Amino acid sequence: MSDATIEDLLRTNAPQVLAVLARRYGDFAAAEDATQEALIAAAKHWPADGVPDNPRGWLIQTGARKLLDQIRNEQARRRREDLAAVNDLPGVPVQHDDTLTLLLMCCHPALTPASAIALTLRAVGGLSTAEIARAFLVPETTMGQRISRAKQRVKDTGAVFAEPAAEEREARLRQVRHVLYLIFNEGYAASTGTAVHRADLAAEAIRLARLLPPDAESGGLLALMLLTDARRPARTDASGGLVPLDEQDRSRWDRARIAEGTALLNRVAGTAAPGEYQVQAAIAALHDRAPTAEDTDWPQIEALYSMLDDTNPVVALNRAIAAAMIHGPQHGLDLIAGLTLPGHRLAAARAHLHERAGHRDAALAHYKQAAELATSIAERDYLILRASRLRHQN
Amino acid sequence: MKYLLIVDYRPGVDDTPMEQWKPAEVQAHMDYYQALNKQLLENGELVGGFALRPPDTAKTVTSDGRTPDVVTDGIYPETKEILAGFQTVDVESEERAIEIAKLVSQVPGPGGVPLGQPIVVRQVMHEFAEE
Repeated sequence: MSDATIEDLLRTNAPQVLAVLARRYGDFAAAEDATQEALIAAAKHWPADGVPDNPRGWLIQTGARKLLDQIRNEQARRRREDLAAVNDLPGVPVQHDDTLTLLLMCCHPALTPASAIALTLRAVGGLSTAEIARAFLVPETTMGQRISRAKQRVKDTGAVFAEPAAEEREARLRQVRHVLYLIFNEGYAASTGTAVHRADLAAEAIRLARLLPPDAESGGLLALMLLTDARRPARTDASGGLVPLDEQDRSRWDRARIAEGTALLNRVAGTAAPGEYQVQAAIAALHDRAPTAEDTDWPQIEALYSMLDDTNPVVALNRAIAAAMIHGPQHGLDLIAGLTLPGHRLAAARAHLHERAGHRDAALAHYKQAAELATSIAERDYLILRASRLRHQN
Repeated sequence: MKYLLIVDYRPGVDDTPMEQWKPAEVQAHMDYYQALNKQLLENGELVGGFALRPPDTAKTVTSDGRTPDVVTDGIYPETKEILAGFQTVDVESEERAIEIAKLVSQVPGPGGVPLGQPIVVRQVMHEFAEE
């Protein structure tokens, strides 16, 4: 078995192993540490000794042993009891909703998004602290500290490893979706420029979103990720520069991702009130289906944006861009005239619309402003390049 | 040994704002940086680095616990010697750090002419006493 297959096997089993240990011993934080240690032990031994017949059983036993070592150190328990407990374990059935319970624990409302993200990637995603640290460009000790403080915080709330009450479930699940969406965006935004060595957080978010229950909005989130990630191969040029949607080589889009995302979207369609991820996925699907930017179903996209919260300036901006594709750039400029939005996106949209309207000087001024407001090097470089191209057009 | 290679706002041989360069010149500039970073990364010499947002987006904070806290917008210094970004490299010698700084300074500008922007090389102190 190759190392990559072993890693995949380990990471697939990580949440179930953790769930069994947390359920059996009641201490989520300690169970999480023990699971990490079991994964590390397996990564060390399996490539040389071969994969055991029951990989999950092996991981659970090893994790339990680590956990009991810990408990023994703390409480000096009698060895006989420990062995009995270890021998009991492989018989513990894996509960169906354990993975969800784990996700809900890791995305606990008491945690900041940054903490929830780190804890989720480690406890459910089975990534090591070092891998997560690399992905977020912080030192490993910083990330380790963030994760253990997150666990402590969850513990302090008195949370137990159990499914939340039914009336609480949907709100908590919304939190989980939000955290997975943030992980995806972090990965998608970082997939350009010099950050090529960062772990693939977008793929990680997709992997985690597959663990969500099959409700419409969770399906919508997974579809949105798949349909957006499908464009990734065309999103950067050979030197790592950003390529906007209307200039992308659409033959490089990932057809398998698009097919899966579209099928998923069709399966969850027909919900009485589609949620924001479902609507955004539908918009992404329309882009993915279009042969060119001009031949995109802009009226449908504008209609879909009107279903989203239009007090959100990002939604208003995107809706105006779609409207400009139908009614011309001046219409778009009028729609966003009174808008305020932090960051570079509004200035960049104004620059694009002015350029299309033939207002060269206004476009140049807005490109310059947008480049100054940009918070990523890839975005800034792209905006400088656009300004330079426009200035030197014959 | 770790060194910071610091870029500030002092111009090199040509201080035309970048958005006024020809597209091919901008592209060549970006490609040069990209290739250099990739090379340093593959050498195992690049630790990391940051480009900073413009100084007018900065905040200056003063708090001494006695007088009211002050948070002012921007930094408007007398000189252009103000941090624009830096890279950290981990190299065998100061000579190597200087060699890399030369490569950074040679990044092409308008007309493909090396910009010759000044790069400040500063050794990073160890956090703990060395053996």
